[in-house]
Amino acid sequence: MTALLEVEDVSKRFGGVTANNAISMAVAEGEIVGLIGPNGSGKTTLFNSIVGFHPVDGGSIRFQGEEISRLRVPEIARRGLLRTFQQTRVYRRMTCLQNMLISEPHEREGLAAMFARPQGAAAERGEELLEFVGLYAKRLLLAGDLSFGQQKLLEFAMALMNEPAMLLLDEPTAGINPTLINGLIERLKRANADLGITLLVIEHNMRVIMNLAQRIYCLAHGELLAEGRPEDIRNDRRVVDAYLGAH
Amino acid sequence: MSPLARRLAPLLAIGAVALVAPMLLPAFKTQLSFLWIMVCFALTWDIIGGQMGYNSFGNVLFLGVGMYLCAVVQRDAELGYFPGLFVGMALGAILAVAVAAVLGSGILGLRGHYFAIGTLGLGIAAGEIASGWDYIGAGSGLVTPQYPGDVDTRKMLFYYSSFALAAATFLTLRHIYGGRFGLAINAIRDDEDKAEAMGLRTTRYKTMAWCVSAVFLGVAGGIVGNMIGFIDPRDVAFAGPTFGVWMVLMAILGGRGTLWGPVVGAVVFHVTQELFWTYLLGWQRVALGLLIVVVVLFFPLGILGWLRERRPELFGHRVDEADGGARP
Repeated sequence: MTALLEVEDVSKRFGGVTANNAISMAVAEGEIVGLIGPNGSGKTTLFNSIVGFHPVDGGSIRFQGEEISRLRVPEIARRGLLRTFQQTRVYRRMTCLQNMLISEPHEREGLAAMFARPQGAAAERGEELLEFVGLYAKRLLLAGDLSFGQQKLLEFAMALMNEPAMLLLDEPTAGINPTLINGLIERLKRANADLGITLLVIEHNMRVIMNLAQRIYCLAHGELLAEGRPEDIRNDRRVVDAYLGAH
Repeated sequence: MSPLARRLAPLLAIGAVALVAPMLLPAFKTQLSFLWIMVCFALTWDIIGGQMGYNSFGNVLFLGVGMYLCAVVQRDAELGYFPGLFVGMALGAILAVAVAAVLGSGILGLRGHYFAIGTLGLGIAAGEIASGWDYIGAGSGLVTPQYPGDVDTRKMLFYYSSFALAAATFLTLRHIYGGRFGLAINAIRDDEDKAEAMGLRTTRYKTMAWCVSAVFLGVAGGIVGNMIGFIDPRDVAFAGPTFGVWMVLMAILGGRGTLWGPVVGAVVFHVTQELFWTYLLGWQRVALGLLIVVVVLFFPLGILGWLRERRPELFGHRVDEADGGARP
């Protein structure tokens, strides 16, 4: 297996705070990898660095073998590396179906495409994915009128519509009720298996991440603490200490 | 009625009324012409201010650019009246688009209030430049060429030009709002960071939106300049306090971010304004100010925005429970 995403010695400081200190990790194509750590350990900062939201202070990030640490958010997204947000972000005053239609991939977009009408095939695919996350009946509602959990599902469907090679999910199950969570884990696994999308997931819910991920990285205080299979991580003394605060 | 007929019926009805209006109300030809110009103003402002969520106070710049270029072509190109007018309007539109493209790639990088303030300066600066530039008449303005016929045909010509412009603006926007362009600028309005995170080329769409706005305003400039007959740099061409503010007001009054809102807003605004001038002379500005206060207090979303809030199903926002909510 070749590494799809390689993070090497990435550091990020905000003033005097070192949010990420020389972090290295690799995600292979087709994998589901978890990223855990106590609050404030630098998980979201690492996500932001990877997707180009802010420049890194040191280190290199390669996606599909190419250096992306100097590219900006939309360019990285168009290469097929997409993220979702911890606080859901959908287009609130557009209908769910419109949210899907504008999430089509944007690699090729000339003048003609900018003014083109959406094709029937796109609407078809949008509806298909809305049904996949269980929002088909709500497709004509404004996205802002959906509940928080439904907005998370919509955001996930929008990400799939974009046909990414890799998806970075920031706490996909936070704020979702337990019954829906099981369905979501199932859908994430299906997106990975059927659509071939590589996943890197930040998650606080241990039951979810242990079920979902094949490999887990654990951060604490901006440093990489441990890496391994879910059962190894669960039994790692340092990880348990970091979570329970034995420092 | 079939769905298509039901959608086209209001357009055809308005078109029919518009075509005979100057015959039915011969004394109001100029006011009616300005009504269509106002519709064009409100629609073009709403592309940026409503659909895209960027409050622009600088759109009047494109009007003035189109107006001056058209007049200069008419004055210097020696093409005869009608070819000169036509070529002038076309070149005016092209120059307005070029200005929008150049300024847009810089100013549209600003967001929110900063963009509004940035654009506020544009119209003012353009007015100052125009009033100091001798080639275009400086402070004493430009007079457009004499129309080679009688007064009444002149009025009819500009009435139908204004109507054609408003209709073209409306139909073009109706078409592109239904496509990827409309979706993209709505997405930028709702969450620009999200749009970028999804790979949308936001700057390209924003600049394009301003260019679309500029095309129609550039043509409107040619018409307005010739209709008024005299181009003053600050009071007609780059008239921020009147045209520039009215564009914003009309779109907000009717309901920003909707296709019909600016049309409704322009009609209501123009008619009330004319009525105030006729019946409340001396107090017309006060009445206009009160109208604005009432609108902002009671209809902050505008007339159509208020309607959409109360009756969302009229706008197609509903739960589809047919087939138990499953996809057919």
